[in-house]
Amino acid sequence: MKRILVAIKRVVDYNVRIRVKPDGTGVVTDGVKMSINPFDEIALEEALRLKEKGLAEEVIVVTIGPSDCQQQLRTGLAMGADRAIHVQTDAIIEPLVAARVLHKLAEKEQVMLAILGKQAIDDDASQTGQILAALWGRPQATFASRVEIEGGTATVTREVDAGLETLNVDLPAVITTDLRLNEPRYVKLPDIMKAKKKPLDILDLASLGVEALQQVQMVKFEPPAQRSRGVMVKDAQELFAALQKKGLV
Amino acid sequence: MSKILIIAEHDGSRLNQATAKCVTCAAAVAGAEITVAVFAADSAAVAAQAAQLAGVARVLRVDHPANAQPVAATLAPQLAALANGYTHVFGPSTTFGKDLMPRVAGLLGAPQLSDIMAVESATRFRRPMYAGNAIVTVEVAAGTQLVATVRTASFEAAGSGGNAPVEAAAVQVELPTHTRFVSVSAARSDRPDLQTAARVVSGGRALGSAENFQILYSLADRMAAAVGASRAAVDAGYAANDMQVGQTGKIISPELYLCFGISGAIQHLTGIKDARTIVAVNKDSEAPIFEIADIGLVGDLFQIAPELERLIAAAK
Repeated sequence: MKRILVAIKRVVDYNVRIRVKPDGTGVVTDGVKMSINPFDEIALEEALRLKEKGLAEEVIVVTIGPSDCQQQLRTGLAMGADRAIHVQTDAIIEPLVAARVLHKLAEKEQVMLAILGKQAIDDDASQTGQILAALWGRPQATFASRVEIEGGTATVTREVDAGLETLNVDLPAVITTDLRLNEPRYVKLPDIMKAKKKPLDILDLASLGVEALQQVQMVKFEPPAQRSRGVMVKDAQELFAALQKKGLV
Repeated sequence: MSKILIIAEHDGSRLNQATAKCVTCAAAVAGAEITVAVFAADSAAVAAQAAQLAGVARVLRVDHPANAQPVAATLAPQLAALANGYTHVFGPSTTFGKDLMPRVAGLLGAPQLSDIMAVESATRFRRPMYAGNAIVTVEVAAGTQLVATVRTASFEAAGSGGNAPVEAAAVQVELPTHTRFVSVSAARSDRPDLQTAARVVSGGRALGSAENFQILYSLADRMAAAVGASRAAVDAGYAANDMQVGQTGKIISPELYLCFGISGAIQHLTGIKDARTIVAVNKDSEAPIFEIADIGLVGDLFQIAPELERLIAAAK
C-alpha cells in the first residue's frame, strides 16, 4: 500500500502572545490555546491532496508527546487522515529522538513519503525532517512550495534564499513544507464526529526501541531585549530630515 | 581545546558573507582553532577568499563534480566524514545551512543547536525560540560533539587580512544518487542582497499589487537599498518568496529598515529586530510596528514614498 506518514506537533497556537515565566524555566502554557504546528497542518494537507489525486492510498498522522497531544491527532483525523499513531511520552523530546521514532515508523509502515513541517513554531529548530532523512538514508526536499509525484520520484520546488530551487528525488523520501505549498482545509463538524471512530494506536518509546536521550539542557528562558518606541514625524519632509540627521540618506 | 569546522556557503565563485559571520561566532569560543571547509566542483577561488578571513587557521578544499550544487544529501556524508576530530561543526542559519546541518547532525548522532545568537562558552550558547519571544540559554555536556547553525544577524562578518594555509582534503565516502539537482531560478537583481544590505526598503499587503511595489523598488534604487516584503505581501503574490522577512523568511540586521504598509506581526518583527534603525510608514496609527519603530510616520505610503524619493534625489 502507498502510505504517507505525516508528523505533527502540538504547539502553542500561532496567535498567542508568548510570555516567559518569571522564574525563567520556560514559557507560560497554562490555559493557553494549543494547536497543530501550522507547518505540519500544511504537511497533512499536502498528503491528503496526494491521496485525493490517487497518488497515495493511506495517510497516517503521528505525534510524540503527552496524552493531551491526542487532541491534535483527532484534528488530523478530522482533516482526513486515515489513522493516527500516538507515541506517548512525558519526556522532553529533542529532534534527534523524534527523528529516531519517525524512522522506526517509516520503516515499519513502509511509507513512500514522510511529510513534516519545515519547523515547529515553538522551538524553531527546523531539524527533524532532515535528521529523519539522514537516519533513513533517503532523500530530503526541505522548504517545499510545490510537490509533484510521478513514476517513483518526486519533483519538489524549494523556497531557498536565492529564489526557487527544484530537486528530483527517488521515493521514499522526506519532504518538509513551507508556507506557500497549500492552504489547509477547514475541519467540518461531521468530520469531527467521523474522526472519533478512526483508529488511533498508542505506542511508547520502549516498544519502538528508542531512548528519550536529552543532550541539550535548557538552562534559562528570558524575554528578548525590548526595542523602545521612538519618535513620530508628521510628513515626508520631517522623515527625510530625521534620516539625514542620522546619516542614513 | 575547541576545534571548530565551518562549512563555507558560496555560489561557486564567491564566498557568501554568512561564512564570515560564522567565523566571528566561532572565534567567540575561547581558544578555538577554526577550519573552513569548501565543497565545490572547483573550490580554488572560494578557498582563497576563505583563507583571507581573519581568525581562520586552515582552509580545506573538497573538490568533486557532485559538489557543483549545494545538495544536502550529497554534502552531508562528506561533511560528517570530515568532522571527525572536531568539537564543533558550524554552518550559517541560511536555507543552505538549515537544510544541510541537521542532516550532518543526524549522521553524527550529535545534538544540533539552531540559530546560535550568542556564545557563553564552548558548551553554552544562547538561541531564540518562539519567533524570538524567548531567548534560551542552552548547554551540552563537555565532550559532546556539537553541530550548530549560526544566526547571521547576530554577528558581524569577520574581517580580512588572514592568510590561512589551503589544503586539499581527501574524503572517502559513497555519494548518494537518489537526489538530483534540477534547477535554481534565482530572481536576477542588480539590487543589493537582502541579507547583507546596509539599507532595506520593504512593503506589506497595503501595497495592494505587484505593480505598486515599483514605488518601493524606485525608492530603494535611489537609496542603494535592498527590497524586502512581509509574509502577507508574498502570500498575496506582490513580491517573490526570497524577499520575505520574518520568522519563516529572512532574519536581517541592516543599518536602516524602512517599511511601508507593514503592520508589524510578531513573526515579522522577529526578522528585523536587529536592525540599527527601524522606520515605519503606515496609515494606521495603532499599528504594532510603531511600538518598536525608531521613527514613525502615520500617512499614505503612496504619497510618502515618492516624496521621500524626490527629497533624496534633490539632496544629492
